[in-house]
Amino acid sequence: MIELAMFETNVVAMLAPLILSIATLVMMLQIAFWRHAITSWLICCSTLTACIAALYWSSAVAPQQVSSILVSDHYSLFFSLLILFASLITALLTKDYLEQRSGENEEFYLLLMLSALGALVLVSATHLASFLLGLELLGVALYALIAYPERGRLPLEAAIKYLVLSGAASAILLFGFALIYAALGSLSFVGIGLQLSQDLAADRQLLVLIGTAMVFTGIGFKLSLVPFHMWTPDVYQGAPAPVTGFLSTVSKGAIFAALMRLFIDAQLYRFPSLLLALSIVAAASMVIGNLLALKQNSLKRLLAYSSIAHIGYLVITIVVYGSLQKAQLAVEAASFYLTAYMLTSLAAFAVLTVLSTQTNRGYEQTDSDSIDSVRGLFWSKPLLALVLTIALLSLAGIPLTIGFVGKFYILTVAIEGALWLLIAALVIGSGIGIYYYLRVVFAMTEQIKQTSSAPSAQQGMSLVAKLVICLLIFMMLALGVLPQPLIEQIGNLY
Amino acid sequence: MLMINLILVLLIGGAISWWSERFGSNTPRLIALVIVIADLLYLLLASAGLTSEPFAIGAGSGAASASTWLLSYQLDWIPRFGISLHLAMDGLSLILVALTLVLGAIAIISSWNESNQRQGFFQANILWTLAGVIGVFLAMDLFLFFLFWEVMLVPMYLLIAIWGHEGKAYASMKFFIFTQLSGLLMLVAILVLAKLHHSATGVFSFNYFDLLNLNIDSSTAYWLMLGFFIAFVVKLPSFPFHTWLPDAHTQAPTAGSVILAGILLKTGAYGLIRFTVPLFPNAALEFAPIAMILGVIGIIYGAVLAFSQSDFKRLVAYSSVSHMGFVLLGVFAWNVLALQGAVIQMVAHGFSTAALFMIAGALQQRLHTRDMNKMGGLWHHMPRMGAFALFFALASLGLPGLGNFVAEFLVLVGLFAVSPWFTAVAALGLITAAIYSLIMMQKAFYGKPPSELEVADFNNLDMTAMGVMIIALIGLGLYPQPVFDLVQPVIDSLLAHTLGAGSQ
Repeated sequence: MIELAMFETNVVAMLAPLILSIATLVMMLQIAFWRHAITSWLICCSTLTACIAALYWSSAVAPQQVSSILVSDHYSLFFSLLILFASLITALLTKDYLEQRSGENEEFYLLLMLSALGALVLVSATHLASFLLGLELLGVALYALIAYPERGRLPLEAAIKYLVLSGAASAILLFGFALIYAALGSLSFVGIGLQLSQDLAADRQLLVLIGTAMVFTGIGFKLSLVPFHMWTPDVYQGAPAPVTGFLSTVSKGAIFAALMRLFIDAQLYRFPSLLLALSIVAAASMVIGNLLALKQNSLKRLLAYSSIAHIGYLVITIVVYGSLQKAQLAVEAASFYLTAYMLTSLAAFAVLTVLSTQTNRGYEQTDSDSIDSVRGLFWSKPLLALVLTIALLSLAGIPLTIGFVGKFYILTVAIEGALWLLIAALVIGSGIGIYYYLRVVFAMTEQIKQTSSAPSAQQGMSLVAKLVICLLIFMMLALGVLPQPLIEQIGNLY
Repeated sequence: MLMINLILVLLIGGAISWWSERFGSNTPRLIALVIVIADLLYLLLASAGLTSEPFAIGAGSGAASASTWLLSYQLDWIPRFGISLHLAMDGLSLILVALTLVLGAIAIISSWNESNQRQGFFQANILWTLAGVIGVFLAMDLFLFFLFWEVMLVPMYLLIAIWGHEGKAYASMKFFIFTQLSGLLMLVAILVLAKLHHSATGVFSFNYFDLLNLNIDSSTAYWLMLGFFIAFVVKLPSFPFHTWLPDAHTQAPTAGSVILAGILLKTGAYGLIRFTVPLFPNAALEFAPIAMILGVIGIIYGAVLAFSQSDFKRLVAYSSVSHMGFVLLGVFAWNVLALQGAVIQMVAHGFSTAALFMIAGALQQRLHTRDMNKMGGLWHHMPRMGAFALFFALASLGLPGLGNFVAEFLVLVGLFAVSPWFTAVAALGLITAAIYSLIMMQKAFYGKPPSELEVADFNNLDMTAMGVMIIALIGLGLYPQPVFDLVQPVIDSLLAHTLGAGSQ
């Protein structure tokens, strides 16, 4: 009886990933027997909605350790919510986007769900095995998603680039895991932490340090931190707009959340040299990411470089945690900033998705992501211009948007940790950032002469897209003006 | 609630006038004008009954000292960090808020003859800028203050970027980056202050009155003071942070220039008086010589550059740099006379420069150029405009009997007690002002009139706006006592606060 009750609790705790797994099986069968894109889309959206609802029941039994490799606590549930929400928004916007393009579209939703499942596993991981499992599930589904448009040259190039580099990063990561295991004989986060808190022999300590460095290198690739950022702009540009949005929010968000847990539970902050390296990486990402974004004319490339900078800001919270040891504020700041970053990126890519849906393309069906495609947007499509403006201002950290509260948090923890050089890098980086964000806003405000062909090639937005965009506007502004409810939620995640 | 309403009326009014765009381009103008005037009347009626009690900054803590203000309103906002929606008004804020609304109405009038494109959105941006500026003058929570400080940039940016002249892309970008970047420095300083409060008492607080009484060691205070100082002198602007100003003023539409020069610059001066010196009295005292050198350089340098401009608007813009140097001197001389002078200068410069920008805008709209070499003899064709231009040029050069003279005289008298040498150099500014103002009149309005030129003179609406500003300047020049009375308690308590802190 006790075992059965235990089993039930575990099922409830893992309800969302379980529903998602079953739904992927169902969809596979559906596609095998009856190809119908709308049905697949409906299954995908309703599954993701059900998963979000399931989190509510899971939170009643949290925190709950499910087997030795997964946990369902408030931290994992909060990030699961973000991941599922972002996946749902992506799925909702993708339907119109795919319908504009020829080809079989059912598998797209399957891959999207698999990827989301990987992300859920990743944020629940308490063990290097589940960490890798989640990472690979997320990544492998993403390769296929990036290459999904069959006719394009760019998506294929992007997918191969991502596949090769991400594969290499995973290999380095695995090697790092092996080294850590060789030195400590433990693969669970807490187990590693316990060993590290005791005095280790110097040679074992060195082995762990090298292993950790390799782990961070691998993750640095996935998070596209400088100097491992080379792939980012090409992949962002090549992937279809909704997938880029997914990559930028779900993939990066989940990996960062998992990294934070690994860093804290495995007590990796005990290595001062690692903290130093992270500080350098953070500063370089902030400055170089923003600098390289300056001259971009493709909005996707611009957002790619800006995401490098934003992950750089986020790394500050890890460094602060490391230098202050037990700092709940650092986790709070990271959670808030990730929420802000994910919402804002979602909004920006939602605009690109809708724009690409609306305009005519040539045979290769590339997305409309050049800065010219948003010129005069304020006057031709005010709603899209409004959401993109708010998103860009939020990325720039202007008050009344959620991005400002996020930046406020990052600065607060950085000051708490007295990291003056990182603060300087952040201020310089943000200053540069304003230029390229405003360049886009300025392009949107320009008055352009109406050409006769332009309006006829465009069509209106679907109701779903309008609702999604209004929801995103509301969330960016509401959480920027009244952040207290969210702050209370994330106050005791860890 | 009065203060919240003041801001809300403008915010909602902006949305209404945007919406009313569909009824033609005069409807939003009319609605915006009515809203601003109604807001002004509301302010005057509501504050008429308020008596200014002795101003006592930092006596007691928190709400206790807030009760000695004219008005105070506080509401919890983000309790996690001790941030509250805290607005308060004293004599200084009252004057500046009233100035904001008067010049706001004048800015809307000045937009009457300009392009009709997207008037609804244009007026909305003007009203939102005004709302942000009023928020800056009223916020007593540093987080809230910073929020207004940044938020007012966005509509101002849009005003320049959408309705500006030929170089608007560069000018609007420069304006935004200068203010935003310096604002970030201030944000860091604000957060450090909050953190110091946290480590001293265990709770976060962004409340002005809590932070006033912090004990900060002198080197930290110096750095923090610099963070605030830079943010404010960029806005003021003072040499060497002034380079955004000529571009932004020149490229902005007339209403934008009026608001920029008349009101936005004053937020910098207000910040210096309200925050920089009182929060860090000792550091400010230590820094005062450098600040005064910057002020003196600004006066002379601004005047020399103004003299060498051929662009009407650029000339007026550089004259602002020169005039604002007096404000910087007045603030850092930090005695009763100099501070009174600085406040009067803020008001008088607001009117005189707003009027000159309005004339510049009217000229550009009629002649399609701002180049004074292509003007000349315009008095003949537009006698009304010429007479007004002469009056405001004289006001700007500091003619006795007008507000600007009272202001500059008081600053110089106050400064003399602190530093005679600076006073001597700064007084040169009065001479240089005469040179560039008269050159401007000479080039644009005197000389041989061009024979075939069909231009309209000022209409009645313009005359009304000009008339209001003339009355204000003459009033300030002949009977500035009401302003002194309003500001005196504020200055007394500020001085008492800094003296108390200095003797510790």
